[in-house]
Amino acid sequence: MSDGLIGVIVAHTEVAEALLAAVRAIAGEDAGLVAVSNRGCDRGALTRQLEAAVGGRPAVVFTDMAGGSCAHTAVALARGRPDLKVVTGVNLAMLVDFAFHRDLPVEAAARRAVEIGRTAVGMVER
Amino acid sequence: MSVVLHRIDDRLIHGQVVVGWGQRMGIGFIVLVDDGVRANLWEQELYRMGVPATTDVVFATVAEAAARAPEWEKDPRKGILLTGDVDTMVALCAAVPEVRKVNLGGIHARDGRTERLRYVFLSDGEAAQLQALADRGVEVTAQDLPTAKPVPVAELV
Repeated sequence: MSDGLIGVIVAHTEVAEALLAAVRAIAGEDAGLVAVSNRGCDRGALTRQLEAAVGGRPAVVFTDMAGGSCAHTAVALARGRPDLKVVTGVNLAMLVDFAFHRDLPVEAAARRAVEIGRTAVGMVER
Repeated sequence: MSVVLHRIDDRLIHGQVVVGWGQRMGIGFIVLVDDGVRANLWEQELYRMGVPATTDVVFATVAEAAARAPEWEKDPRKGILLTGDVDTMVALCAAVPEVRKVNLGGIHARDGRTERLRYVFLSDGEAAQLQALADRGVEVTAQDLPTAKPVPVAELV
């Protein structure tokens, strides 16, 4: 598994922890991801949790819903910080792929996550 | 129609507001009363991000909201008015006595506050302010989503 970037999943209730558990079950324990929940947080408290999770490192922040409180917080934190990129609409496929492409520059990793995530969404035709 | 929900929510415009209340009630506009956001165009852009293009978003100070309240009451669409804290809603209610109901939607943990409900934490001062509103005849209830049971403020103070 590649090293380098970290990914922070920030989402409502238990979504981030559940996604992280699923990624680890598929890709292994060293996926380079951490989970943050917005449970019980206003924007200030969530910002502090997110800052602690990022820890000043280059990171892709994966958020669940564009326009939600998690995305708002992530976008505000990433403002003026080119080493942080925010991806909305997180899904399992993009996270599993990210775990193996953490050696990419942060923007390239974020763009790749978006492409992989989009490709994973569709209706199954029989 | 008019402003059908006056809500205190420190997450301001977010999923519960846009989807939980907005979609269910067929909201046409959202008024965000917050001096900080009113003065910050970048923050305004951020809060518009999650709102459908068919829903107008208005950013206002308390004074601006008070001045425009009659206009919003005549609006044929349904609206939600949000403040991020108790102080702002109390100031709005003082300026617009026509506000008869206040919803506590999300006031989260901070130093000096204690948990009243899973999503409502209040300092003693905030609780007293809300009780004073209720004593003046404003119906103050906590309810995070329309599907939840409203909890009267008297049970929280």
